This record gives sequence, structure tokens and C-alpha cells, in this order.
Amino acid sequence: MNRIQTTFDNLKQQDRKALIPFITAGDPSLDKTVPLMHALVAAGADVIELGVPFSDPMADGPTIQRASERALKNGMSLRGVLAMVAEFRQTDGTTPVVLMGYGNPIEAMGWEPFAERCAEVGVDGVLTVDFPPEESAEAFEHLQRHDIAPIFLLAPTTDEARIERVARLARGYVYYVSLKGVTGAGHLDLAAIADKMPQLRRHIHLPIGVGFGIRDGDTARQVADLADAVVIGSRIVQEIENSTAGTVVDNVQQFVAGVRAALDRRTQA
Amino acid sequence: MRLGTLTYSYPDNSGHFGPYGGIYMAETLIPAVEELRREYLRFRDDPDFQAEFAYELQHYVGRPSPIYHAARLSEHLGGAQIYLKREDLNHTGAHKINNAIGQALLAKRMGKKRVIAETGAGMHGVATATVAARFGMECIVYMGADDIQRQAPNVFRMKLLGATVVPVESGSRTLKDACNEAIRDWVTNVESTFYIFGTAAGPHPYPMMVRDFQCVIGNEAKVQMPELIGRQPDTVIACVGGGSNAIGLFHPYIEVDGVRIIGVEAGGHGVASGRHAAPLTGGAKVGVLHGNKVYLMQDADGQIIETHSISAGLDYPGVGPEHCLLKDLGRAEYVVATDEEALAAFDSLCRFEGIIPALESSHALAHAIKIAPTMGRDKVLLVNLSGRGDKDMNTVARLKGITL
Ligand SMILES: Cc1ncc(COP(=O)(O)O)c(C=O)c1O
Repeated sequence: MNRIQTTFDNLKQQDRKALIPFITAGDPSLDKTVPLMHALVAAGADVIELGVPFSDPMADGPTIQRASERALKNGMSLRGVLAMVAEFRQTDGTTPVVLMGYGNPIEAMGWEPFAERCAEVGVDGVLTVDFPPEESAEAFEHLQRHDIAPIFLLAPTTDEARIERVARLARGYVYYVSLKGVTGAGHLDLAAIADKMPQLRRHIHLPIGVGFGIRDGDTARQVADLADAVVIGSRIVQEIENSTAGTVVDNVQQFVAGVRAALDRRTQA
Repeated sequence: MRLGTLTYSYPDNSGHFGPYGGIYMAETLIPAVEELRREYLRFRDDPDFQAEFAYELQHYVGRPSPIYHAARLSEHLGGAQIYLKREDLNHTGAHKINNAIGQALLAKRMGKKRVIAETGAGMHGVATATVAARFGMECIVYMGADDIQRQAPNVFRMKLLGATVVPVESGSRTLKDACNEAIRDWVTNVESTFYIFGTAAGPHPYPMMVRDFQCVIGNEAKVQMPELIGRQPDTVIACVGGGSNAIGLFHPYIEVDGVRIIGVEAGGHGVASGRHAAPLTGGAKVGVLHGNKVYLMQDADGQIIETHSISAGLDYPGVGPEHCLLKDLGRAEYVVATDEEALAAFDSLCRFEGIIPALESSHALAHAIKIAPTMGRDKVLLVNLSGRGDKDMNTVARLKGITL
């Protein structure tokens, strides 16, 4: 069984919500990514979204743009990211890893070799921001063949017919982007998320993660009341940006552990 | 339309030109491009919309643009006769206004009061700022910080017209980065905002819609050429950045037997140098950027590489999907003109004809100048003079070592 499903099944039994942190592979440096991944797990992450840097991150705000630029400058590539996952798997066989990025690096590698390599190194899901269901047929076929979950985004602008369509294609979990805008933008509108959830749940029987605009334990806990998983990206990347090479792993671990504690207080309350 | 035994009718319903095109966009924007497609298809066949578009083109833009026989230049070259489709005489000085007017009329009907645009050379930015003023809309133009330097007069024009010009400092600080930033704005303000995209690329329906608006160029030429010389030209030539002025001239000629179609990409320092902006000619692989699948300049890892051209309007790593298809079908040929060749063509047109062309258009002209001497005097080349060169005074002066 796929690691993503096992993870969500276990969480459900414990009545806990998933914490899904995002970092960009190769940021702040090539040698820090695998230690950061382990630190995320130690801090209580349930799934890791590992960003594959792209030269033109159109859906990202300044924070993740800068992370991409740093990673590319460090020589990060899609093949390099896959090698990092392989290294991570040497000591962690259970935490799901989802690659998140834009389609072109995968197009350049070829979907079949990519999916094959994902299966080999232990990637569990793939999210390509700029490949909507309409353009995902080929990608989907190759990922499915190797039991890699295609993760899809839904947005406040997504209507019922599209939700249905995504529901048919999605595996693993579905990622609801809680606001119109790029990553790192704006504040959270909890009422709007609460409004949208019943419509999403009507069609989507996979876990639903909510991301964009979650900045601390408080906002994470509030989102966790509505969703199955909480995704935090830009805020962690900021932590990386504001740390030195010596402190970055500890700082990120501490920050994520704080969010985890807030999430778990919710279960105990 | 018929092409050999095939029917040429692209894109298909899902916005694909054969294997190219599509709607590769983030989910937040998919409903917006869907809505745009629906509305465009509705108004495309609406006589009121067509009448208003035709009125604006005639009375505001100044169409039809004339075709001019560059007789002295042709005589000097001693071969084929060069004719120029004078898009440089349009209001605002380039073909870009044809498309900007069309999209603004659509925005008006869709009730959008805020328009955004990306711009490279600034001509599309000026055209968008112009129509926004004309229709009373708020206008934001994204422009690469490097392009703001090299096209300073256009930046001032946009500001005079009431637009806000936002410098883009990320990436290569040119057209592609301006596109990224405009897309980010659109994701954020999708409900209030109409994205007036400047070339025949991007997610469906843009490549089709921009082409349709620009086809006025070729449609006029098809009527004008027989009036002038009693027949169609032997060859039509246009520069290709994203490909809007080119497809506007080419598309009406696709079905015309015997008309050779040549698109000219920016050769920069030469294709062999790697410093160019010629995805079709330079052997680029197919990839996905800015909403469509096209030939795209990228490294082995699929990262988009920095391009180089003397002309900001051609300095882009991709090209519209219909040009990709026309290349594969062999219906159009694609070649390059280098920075140097474009500059020489620029000088020639100034001196022989008293016309200062845009550096973009100078690329098309450079190719005509290259092949005219190899052809008979009875042959006719129709070159799309897509814009005028006023905006390029600083660049050309600097290259000549002159401070203005
Ligand atoms: C005068 C002129 N010609 C050509 C272009 C290139 O664009 P396209 O290939 O869409 O015609 C530009 C773009 O800025 C331009 O200003």
C-alpha cells in the first residue's frame, strides 16, 4: 500500500491531522536538504512536500521564488532532487514524500523515466502546479503505472464540475489552495474555507489538505478544524532564509515542532 | 481551409495545434481562461462586436495600413521587389494595437475594469495603456527591469497614458519575467482583472484570439496586393517573437498555393553562439511555459535559459504554438537574422526609404535584404513592417557610440 494512504489511515485512527511542510530542495544548500527532511519528520511532519526548483515559478510569491533561485544557483536539478529522496529513504522508509513543482523539468526528463525513477527512490506523489487535469492524461498514465499518486490542486475559483473531474483523477490527497493568489500571499479567510469544504467533500473522498496563508500554530489549528491536513510552505522557507548554515536545521525543526504541538493540542482539547 | 489534401483548422476544441498549445495553467486560473474562451467564442460571431472592432480599427487605429513599394531599396539590391505592410503607421506605432483593441472590447463586454499586460519592447504596453485610457480602465503593465532601461521612451509614454508600469527584477529581467509577474497578478486579482496578453502564445484561447485579431494584417494584404501588382506576393516575411504579427500576416496565406511563408527569429550573436532567441531555428526542444506547450529554449534539466536579442520584443525563449505546428507541417520556414544583420537592415531602410523601422521588424527586413538579390526582379517579397523605430533611438545610438 502507498505510504500516503497508510499515513492518513493511521492519523485518522488517532484522530490527528496531518502536518505537511514544504521546503525547496537545494535551499539553502545542497547538503542541508536531507538533514532538513529528517528534522521535519523529527518535528512531527506527516508528509514532506519537496519543491523541485524551476527557473520560472509563476505561481509562487517572492519567498519561494527566492528559494528556487538559491537552489538553482546551488546546482539543484530534478535528477538531483530524486537522488536526495533516495538518500532520505536510506534511514526513513515510512514518511511519504511528494515532489512539488512545475511540469517542464519533468517534460524534459520524460514522464516514463521520471515515474520509474520516482518509484525507485521512494517518491510517493507528484504535484505539477501548471498541469491541470486537462493536460495531465499522459503524466497520469505514467505515474499510475508506478503507483505514484498524482496530487491535484483545487482553488476557490474551482467549480463543482471541475471538483468532480479532479475527484476522479486524484490519488493520495487533494490540496486546496485557500486563497486566490501566489504562495506566501495574504491572510487566511477561514470562513471562506469553511464555506467551500462541504462542496469539496461531496465529491472528494480522499483527505483534503489546505495550504496558502498558514503562518503559525494558531492558523494551523484553525485550518485543521476544517481539513485533514495543513500545508505550510512560505513560512518555513522564511525560517530557512533567516537562518545561518549552522542554525537552519534546528530553527526549522523548532518552528515545525511548535506547529505540531498546536495541532495536537487541538486533539486533546 | 485546405492544405494539400488536409484541412487546416486549428486549434481543436481543447486549444491544441497538433501537439502544441493547451492550457497549462495553475488551477486558480483555469476557470478564468475557460470563461475567456466562452466569451470570446460568443462575441467572435456577434455582428455588433465585429462592427465595433472594425470601427475602432478604421477610425482609431487608422486602418487599413498601406502597402508600400520600397522601390529604391529594391533597385539597390537588384533582385526581388520588396513591399512593406506598414503596421508602423498604426496609431501607437505597431501591430500590437490591433490585438489590444480587440481584447479591450472583450474586457468591456465582460465588465472588467482593470487590465494588466506584460511588455518587452513596450509596444504592447503602450497599446494596452492606450486602449485602457480610451475605454476608461485601470491599467498595470509589467516590464522587465532591463527592458525598462533599453525602451525608456515607451515607459514614459505608458505613464503619460495613465498606466502604472511595474519593473520586474526577477530572473532575466526581460519579457518572460514580465509574463511571470503578470500571471501572478492575474492569479491574485482574477475576478476583477482582464489580462490583455500581447502575443499569439499563452494558454488557449490566447493564441487563437490574438491571431484572429491580428489577421486583419493578412486579410488586408490579400486584397491590397492584387490591387498593386495584380497578384499575390511570392513570399511573405515577418519577424517572430511570440509570433503575433507573423501569424496575423501568415494565417490568411496558409491556404494560398504558391505563397512561400518565412518567419524570422532573433539570431542575436548567431545561433552557434547560444546567445539568441530563436527556439524554432536553434534546435530547441518542446516544453511547457506560460500556459502552452511549444518549442522552448531550455537546458537539459528543463530550466528556461536566458535569451539574447538586440530587440526587446523578440527576446523571449518560446514561440506561439501555431508557428510550432506550421514549422512541423513545413508550411512555413523559419530562419534567423542576427543583431548585426538587423541593424544593417535598420540603416538601409532609414537611408533608402526614409522609414525608421522597429528593431524587431528590422529582422524581417534583414532576411528580405538577404534573399532579394538571389531572386529575379519580377519576384515580390511582402515584409511585415510590424512597427516603427522611435522607441529604439537609445539602443541604436548606444550601439553607434553616440550619447543622446
Ligand atoms: C514592432 C514589434 N514587432 C514585433 C514584435 C514581436 O512580437 P510578435 O512576435 O508577437 O509580433 C514586437 C513585440 O514587442 C514589436 O514591438
